[in-house]
Amino acid sequence: MTGAARVLALYAVMAALILLVGLLQSWTVALAILQLSLISAIMSLGANIQWGYAGLFNAGVMGFAALGGVAGVLVAMPPVAGALAAGGLDLGLAILTVLATAALILFLRPRLPDLIRTPATLVLAFLGYLAMRRFLDPASAAIGSATGAQGYMGGLGLPILIAWPVGGLFAAGAAWLVGKVALGLRSDYLAIATLGIAEIILAVLKNENWLTRGVKNVTGIPRPVPDEIVLQQQPWVIDLAARFGSDPVMTAAVVSRLWYAVLFAIVLAILLWLSERALRSPWGRMMRAIRDNRDAAEAMGKDVTRRHLRVFVLGSAVVGIAGAMLVTLDGQFTPASYNPLRYTFLIWVMVIVGGSGNNWGAVLGGFLIWYVWVVAEPIGNWLTAHLAALASPGGWWDSHLRAAAPHFRPLLMGLILLVTLRFAPRGLIPEARGR
Amino acid sequence: MSFLSARAMTGGYGATDILHGCAIAVERGEIAVIVGPNGAGKSTAMKAIFGMLRLREGEVRLDGEPITALSPQERVRRGMGFVPQVNNVFASMSVAENLEMGAFIREDDYSETMEQVFSLFPILYEKRAQAAGELSGGQRQQVAVGRALMTRPKLLMLDEPTAGVSPIVMDELFDKIIEIARTGISILMVEQNARQALNIADKGYVLVQGRNRYTDTGEALLADPEVRRTFLGG
Amino acid sequence: MENFLNALVLFTNFVVIPATTYGAQLALGALGVTLIYTVLRFSNFAHGDLMAFGTMLTIMVTWGLQALGIGIAPLPTALLALPVGMIGATALALLTDRWVFAFYRHRRADPVIFVIASVGVMFVYNAITRFFIGVGDQRFEDGARFVIRVPDFRAMTGLREGLALRTSQVLTVVVMALAVAFVFWFLNRTRTGKSMRAYSDNEDLALLSGISPGHVVRVTWVLAACLATLAGVLYGLDKSFNPFVYFQLLLPIFASAIVGGIGQPVGAVVGGFVVAFSEVTLTYAYKGVLTYLLPEGMAPEGLVQLLGTDYKFAVSFVILVIVLLVRPTGIFRGKVV
Repeated sequence: MTGAARVLALYAVMAALILLVGLLQSWTVALAILQLSLISAIMSLGANIQWGYAGLFNAGVMGFAALGGVAGVLVAMPPVAGALAAGGLDLGLAILTVLATAALILFLRPRLPDLIRTPATLVLAFLGYLAMRRFLDPASAAIGSATGAQGYMGGLGLPILIAWPVGGLFAAGAAWLVGKVALGLRSDYLAIATLGIAEIILAVLKNENWLTRGVKNVTGIPRPVPDEIVLQQQPWVIDLAARFGSDPVMTAAVVSRLWYAVLFAIVLAILLWLSERALRSPWGRMMRAIRDNRDAAEAMGKDVTRRHLRVFVLGSAVVGIAGAMLVTLDGQFTPASYNPLRYTFLIWVMVIVGGSGNNWGAVLGGFLIWYVWVVAEPIGNWLTAHLAALASPGGWWDSHLRAAAPHFRPLLMGLILLVTLRFAPRGLIPEARGR
Repeated sequence: MSFLSARAMTGGYGATDILHGCAIAVERGEIAVIVGPNGAGKSTAMKAIFGMLRLREGEVRLDGEPITALSPQERVRRGMGFVPQVNNVFASMSVAENLEMGAFIREDDYSETMEQVFSLFPILYEKRAQAAGELSGGQRQQVAVGRALMTRPKLLMLDEPTAGVSPIVMDELFDKIIEIARTGISILMVEQNARQALNIADKGYVLVQGRNRYTDTGEALLADPEVRRTFLGG
Repeated sequence: MENFLNALVLFTNFVVIPATTYGAQLALGALGVTLIYTVLRFSNFAHGDLMAFGTMLTIMVTWGLQALGIGIAPLPTALLALPVGMIGATALALLTDRWVFAFYRHRRADPVIFVIASVGVMFVYNAITRFFIGVGDQRFEDGARFVIRVPDFRAMTGLREGLALRTSQVLTVVVMALAVAFVFWFLNRTRTGKSMRAYSDNEDLALLSGISPGHVVRVTWVLAACLATLAGVLYGLDKSFNPFVYFQLLLPIFASAIVGGIGQPVGAVVGGFVVAFSEVTLTYAYKGVLTYLLPEGMAPEGLVQLLGTDYKFAVSFVILVIVLLVRPTGIFRGKVV
């Protein structure tokens, strides 16, 4: 089968799989899968930009997605009354301290003798940290006590859609910092450093209550789509329901989900278009040349590390956008729900299975693996139920097996990753060579 | 038949052949040297004889036995020792450990062999506890040769043993190689320093583009005006 | 003087003893990671979950022994069950190597491919461990819990502050010392150990010398799996067992290996203690210690804690960053490329 026909056929199969859920189970479930598939596809696209274009292994996808989520809170939530008055000044001073410390270090570093450059940097950074804490601690306490049950700053009260690009910016900023440090060394170091930054980002989000309410979660993030309750009363929805012989409640749910899906699809389409253009541009060719033969590229005078940094930042930004979209869809930000298996390594399975270096493959991987992730749960339940039936019902083994059903998911994902890597390392839609 | 006899060797790394019917033979206790211009296939011939390169045609026999199908490791067990041109020592390990690793396949007591190596290269005994990577270039070559001798090979193959060492060290190494050959070990080496190598060689092979161009005693090759003009720079 | 002693006791009790114990646990983990790295040349992301698997087996056997009333009090029963955990983890690691990593080794794949494969392995280990023992916290320490108790210490010394030394803490340090001594002896004195170093130093020359890569790799997995189980069981005895926490230990373990110089066994051990002491000293609240040391009236109001304990991973990360910036080869000059 030729490349384009194969792509088309695989996408058709994917569409059929989702339609099947709609026909056999329910359209709201099918649309829920579609929504998260779209978001997963964007995350997968972001990871593919890093891995497929440049061979960078980012083990901190979760952190960048969570940063996108923070953008959702900070942009769209209404400001909490009294927070700014209580802690604004100290918070501003804390931010100023960080900026001043960074500026001082950047200013002094080139002017210091080699011998004391690093120790001086470390001492300055440490002093800057202490000074920042001097302002941040009272700010945090003041905001906490001034805002009562809310307990946090709130956001800017802007439309949630603005949070999507902002999420990308947040992730890009963090990626720039990590990349600056860990790129240019061996590939494992980037993986380990990104694994670390993701844990730190999550630790901050779970503990800095003034920013994100920590583990108390932020709920009720404004929606970009009319509420289902509102939709149910719209004449055109009622009309639509009558035409399909359905009830307005159901129709409103479907319309609302479709609405989200269309928004997500637009973002995916734009990002996919941009990624494809980038891949086919001279820049994309150069990136792949660097990936395939780094030494030769370096010998030709290319600054590989700087180019890798750019790709790493771009890919992380795409992940950040998807992270903001995810929070938009959920309508809430729950730091405790981020776990590396689901938000980092699952995305990797998507990229590898879909096809490293091929954007259409990464998107398909996002759809397919999310789908498998969703259906793995009922399959796991079914499997364990049958296994349990072999044992004495109600016994220890029976209840143990039923409790173990959720672990079928990681098992399946691990096996899919290993089998793909071994037998089809180029994925379902392999990268086209020599374009 | 010669102790080592490689006949009609044809083959290369990819689709294109580097060797074209090349033949090499070494007698017991003899020093044979392969010389030739860059890209003549000298190292390739060596690798083919040692089994690091699959031959399309031709045959290699050691002591009359065909060994063409054997892996390098199996050839080591049959009595071949190989000293690669680069990365030929365990840099982070001590000299004594290098020799010990050379004797890895031996199940018997190898302390006697180690003493023989130390008496051949006394400097190694002095530096036996030092990491091989900390030694000078010439000393490192001695470690490399010593490591290969630990299996008590009947044929020692050296890929450019004097590359990158000073002339004095080179002469010293050649003296050692003569000494090794006197114990009955056959030597086959590839050399860039053709003139000096042919000086100590019982037999010389001049390869050009993967084919044998001249084969004669070292002395005769050095005396041949044609060889001198084309390959030895007058 | 008494104030000073009280401060010292407080500091020892809450910083020195926990950090030493934690350092020993990290050292064992990092030693395994570094061995895999030297011989197989990749950072094994499944190491945390291998730790969890070996520990899980040990806990299962411990429970069995406890139910049968078999124990070795005052030592914890887990010590008796440990060999089973080690053997199980070794078997799992060897099977994984045969089914997963051997393929990429023969093709001489890029290290990052090994890393991604190890992610797949991590998923599978993760599922296996949780399938048997679930996701919750498990405590399995028994035997004599304390070597020194706080009230006994107070009675003995007459100081206000007490000092407690738990059996598991003493055990951790002793077992770590024995295990590290064994690994060093093995690597430097035995033929197999030397062949591992030779293989790691120069793969091609090792092949020429007749060293079998398969054998070297198998021995490496045996050592790594045993060290992982040991680290996991000691950590679990000291704190508690939780599969997810073991996954998270990956970060400090990697940081330890890199700080010491990845590929350097001595470095891994030193690195473990560097990371542990940094983590504990930076997240400890010094209020109590300072209250004793400073003149009256100057006692601090706040906790005097540099970093909340929730941010302990940040310490590993910052150490990692500093090393990468200042000396990417680590303290003992490991391999970087």
